[in-house]
Amino acid sequence: MSQTIATPPTVRLDSDVIGKPINRTDGPAKVSGAAKYAAEFGVTGPLWYGYIVNSPVAKGKITKIHADEVLAIQGVHKVFSHENVPSFAWFDRAYKDDVAPGGSPFRPLHEPEIMFSQQPVVLVVAETFELARYAASVLRIEYDVEEHNTDLNSVIGEAFDAPRGKTGFVPPPKPKGDMNKAFAEAPHKVAGEYIHRAQHHNPMEMFATTVDWLGDGKKMKIYDKTQGAPNVQQYLAKIFGLSTDEARVISKFTGGGFGSGLRPQYQVFLAVMAALELEHSIRVVMTRSQMFSFGHRPHTLQKLRIATDEQGHIQALEHKALAETSHFENATETVVNWSGILYNSPNTNFDYQLSKIDVFTPLDMRAPGAATGNFASESAIDEMAYKAGLDPLDFRLLNYTYTDPTENKPFTSKRLDDCLHEGAARFGWDQRNPEPRSMRDGNLLVGWGVASGCWDASMQKAAAKAVLSADGHLTVSSATNDQGAGTYVIMTQMAAQTLGLPMEQVTFNLGDTEMPAAPVQGGSWTANSVGAAVQNACQEVGKKLLKLAQKMDNSPLDGVDFEDAQFVDGHIRANEDITRSVAIEDILAASGESKIEAEGKAGPNPINMLKYSMHSHNAAFVEVKVDEDLGTIHVTRVVNAVAAGRILNPKTARSQVLGGTVWGLSMALMEETYLNNDLGRYMNHNYAEYHIPVNADIHKIDVIFVEEEDDIASPIGVKGVGEIGMLGVAAAIANAVYHATGKRVRELPLTSDKLL
Amino acid sequence: MNSFTLTQATAADEAVRDNTSHDGAAYLGGGTNLVDLMKYNLERPSHLTSLGLLPLTDITTLPGGGLRLGALATNADTAWHPEVEARYPLLSQTILAGATPQLRNAATNGGNLNQRTRCYYFYDLATPCNKREPGSGCSALTGPNRVCGVLGTSESCIATQPSDMCVALAALEAVVRVQGPDGERTIKFDDYHRLPGDHPEKDNTLNPGELVVSIDLPAEGYADHFTYLKLRDRSSYAFALVSVAVGLKMNGNTIEKARFALGGVAHKPWRDQEAEKMLEGQTASPDLFRQVAAKVFAEAKGYGEGSLHNSFKIELGKRAIVRALKQATEMSQVVNPNVFLNSNP
Repeated sequence: MSQTIATPPTVRLDSDVIGKPINRTDGPAKVSGAAKYAAEFGVTGPLWYGYIVNSPVAKGKITKIHADEVLAIQGVHKVFSHENVPSFAWFDRAYKDDVAPGGSPFRPLHEPEIMFSQQPVVLVVAETFELARYAASVLRIEYDVEEHNTDLNSVIGEAFDAPRGKTGFVPPPKPKGDMNKAFAEAPHKVAGEYIHRAQHHNPMEMFATTVDWLGDGKKMKIYDKTQGAPNVQQYLAKIFGLSTDEARVISKFTGGGFGSGLRPQYQVFLAVMAALELEHSIRVVMTRSQMFSFGHRPHTLQKLRIATDEQGHIQALEHKALAETSHFENATETVVNWSGILYNSPNTNFDYQLSKIDVFTPLDMRAPGAATGNFASESAIDEMAYKAGLDPLDFRLLNYTYTDPTENKPFTSKRLDDCLHEGAARFGWDQRNPEPRSMRDGNLLVGWGVASGCWDASMQKAAAKAVLSADGHLTVSSATNDQGAGTYVIMTQMAAQTLGLPMEQVTFNLGDTEMPAAPVQGGSWTANSVGAAVQNACQEVGKKLLKLAQKMDNSPLDGVDFEDAQFVDGHIRANEDITRSVAIEDILAASGESKIEAEGKAGPNPINMLKYSMHSHNAAFVEVKVDEDLGTIHVTRVVNAVAAGRILNPKTARSQVLGGTVWGLSMALMEETYLNNDLGRYMNHNYAEYHIPVNADIHKIDVIFVEEEDDIASPIGVKGVGEIGMLGVAAAIANAVYHATGKRVRELPLTSDKLL
Repeated sequence: MNSFTLTQATAADEAVRDNTSHDGAAYLGGGTNLVDLMKYNLERPSHLTSLGLLPLTDITTLPGGGLRLGALATNADTAWHPEVEARYPLLSQTILAGATPQLRNAATNGGNLNQRTRCYYFYDLATPCNKREPGSGCSALTGPNRVCGVLGTSESCIATQPSDMCVALAALEAVVRVQGPDGERTIKFDDYHRLPGDHPEKDNTLNPGELVVSIDLPAEGYADHFTYLKLRDRSSYAFALVSVAVGLKMNGNTIEKARFALGGVAHKPWRDQEAEKMLEGQTASPDLFRQVAAKVFAEAKGYGEGSLHNSFKIELGKRAIVRALKQATEMSQVVNPNVFLNSNP
């Protein structure tokens, strides 16, 4: 039986911190530069630098590497390639990380064959970064070039059903009823095709690894840019045959990940390989253009068909998707399921297929699959509402479902209706004239759009350790990650709340494989999973404290069970009589213990998972202003109402939703990696030409949290907010553009040329 | 980046001597473009003549009422100079539409003229590019080319000159003063940048060793009727898809004199003097503007359809001209419409 967080007392106390907008505990370190990222750590001895060389061709074979020419340069120590890479591990399985999709993972420098443009082919190691970069620039490599194909449109005929096997991938729901018949007979119907091409994560921090070679056997401290140190550790341990003691992976701060750091990237392989071979400390940092050389949100083609009866009730719903994958792995996302979760239809059909092209394997990117599917389905729903003669908001409420139709299970909680109502009220939706092209601001067309979204409220296995020292300071640790989500502060809050200590008396550490294991930071599951583990570890410390308190002479807590005690304001008190109270510092002093420690664990509840559907929801309302002559679109107002269970920290949660909203806007209006099919290569591989919003593109964003009480989805009532804020936004923008202009654009990004 | 030597010159003639006495030498101004290109290994000078100490940072009034912009004055100092703001607001706005404050603080006026294209293929050593490597081919002709040009292109190259400032300088009919091994000469702005033809590796008409020392503006700054309309993929820190700089002299609703230039569409700031003449002596009207826009793009050639390819720039360019001329005649919207200022914050 899981315990919920201690009930807040009637009088608010300093230690009652859950739900408060508390500043990030890591904020000062970040803004002062004290926070160290992977490429900033010093090492014990001298440091060498590795520079990666990537393939200019998309397919072929390396025939000659003129390594001798650069090895002649003083200070260049090694040119690693398939010709001399040590044979650490040859089995695919060793290269599988926690979140690898099915197939055969990419093995860097393993063979002369080139499978995608920008494939890493060489690591040059030299005494300085500049020298390594120079040597890499003059290294001559000869290739036999073969014909490649990177055009998804040309391989639609080779599509195959997406296989299972990847963590988090849910296959399309089973069909219901007779889709074709229902669609044919329905009075109102829409059908459309939706497209977006590849997008790259582009976190600010480049992928980087600093290996501190400790000179004691194979012992290394590996500072890596990742969203999960334990995942990197097990990957390295399997490939290089290292013990966990030898491969200690550290990732204290992560300058954004958005999914790019879920899988170990090739620079960590190269850095550790070079360190082991040269028995030397080494640093490898990717360039910005190399940030386009691995996973991305896949180019996806979608088809939607929806039909309603005369009153607007959905009678038929079909959602099909075809996504790219590489020739060596089957990257899968959950794309088409979400429309089926949001709307009940007696007749449905869902389909999700892959086709292979000569690119690197796609990789989960913020709200993977959902952002893709949601844009298409919520655009189609808007179109359907218009066809049925209903307001798009009313249409969503008319077709609201309290159970998950894809699994015929009740939701643990679902306050999407309140999101729609409260969001509409805040936005002023009732002032909307539904007629397209009816609203203006001077010479600009004004459009208001709405869309809703959902995301999994999921939990993974996680562990944490809590240590209360004799001076009363609580240190909690877990090998989780903070890519900017606010993990540091919410876990500190969780620990402080559980043991009733002030925030200043609590430190939360993360990102080190010497700490208890945690999953990669993704899927919006960190707050829930690690939060529950932290609570559990602190409760275990609390139980020990209570026992120690009861050993004190004339203990006022004599006979009080843990379940009947509360930890508040530095004291343990009896629930029934709060005057029966002992200060924690007194317990520590009386006990004579130097520290009290405990480990805690959390994990999914399989019985609840069988019985319930667990999701967060949101509703995004958007205002756009369109200069029709020039095709320019500005998103002048967004209201994003989110129902994601309990909000641990409204400040960091709001930041997450703001970030998600900006991501949605970015996907809607700007993001696209330009693939040149002649060259088989992404061409806008830099921040100047891969456009994401600047401050001037972002106007008013209003975040509403519709709190839900839900102790089934999570022992701490949390659903997570990492992805949900992004959903709905892109579709709401496209819907608003329709309302403004009367034009339905089904291809992202909505660049000005599409409105001319 | 390769190894290079560096000399700090203190005078223009000394800089020219230094530059011409070294093989593979380049001038280093603010470094906001050259240093990037060196890091990308696209430019590999073996010697740099640093211009940082040259006394060419002043902005001074010329006899006859013009204004001389020192080649080493920064873009930021130029944009915010009181004389520029008051008499050449078109130039000021145009500079401020480009890059970021940080870049404008470092970038120099001379360097702005000499910045290289932002064509994706020029920037990627793995791809054929005639501008970077003559004879290797042009990847942009068939590949994604949203950033590329539709006017004055050749089968060798469809790259664009990326500057905003230069678009205004073209409209203002600036004159570039250069110093070379054989002394000083002046180049009309229209003649400074060139079309790609068969030699896209040459961006401009400078001779080897020549150094820009100033940019001279004529007395007329069109402060009463001007606009810079820049259309781009986001509100800041993006190169123009299409931009239009306009300067007009009006008498009532009659256009007495018209100068305009386009950015983002050609290998140089694009001026069409015949189109300018179509405006002069005429009453401003949307029909007239549309005729002018049609004339400018009459010979335009797009390279592929869809948003990754640039044919859309022909229609967008026409619309941009019509809008820019309207803005300049009416002075109704001096704020760039591509940057939306929320009226109800």
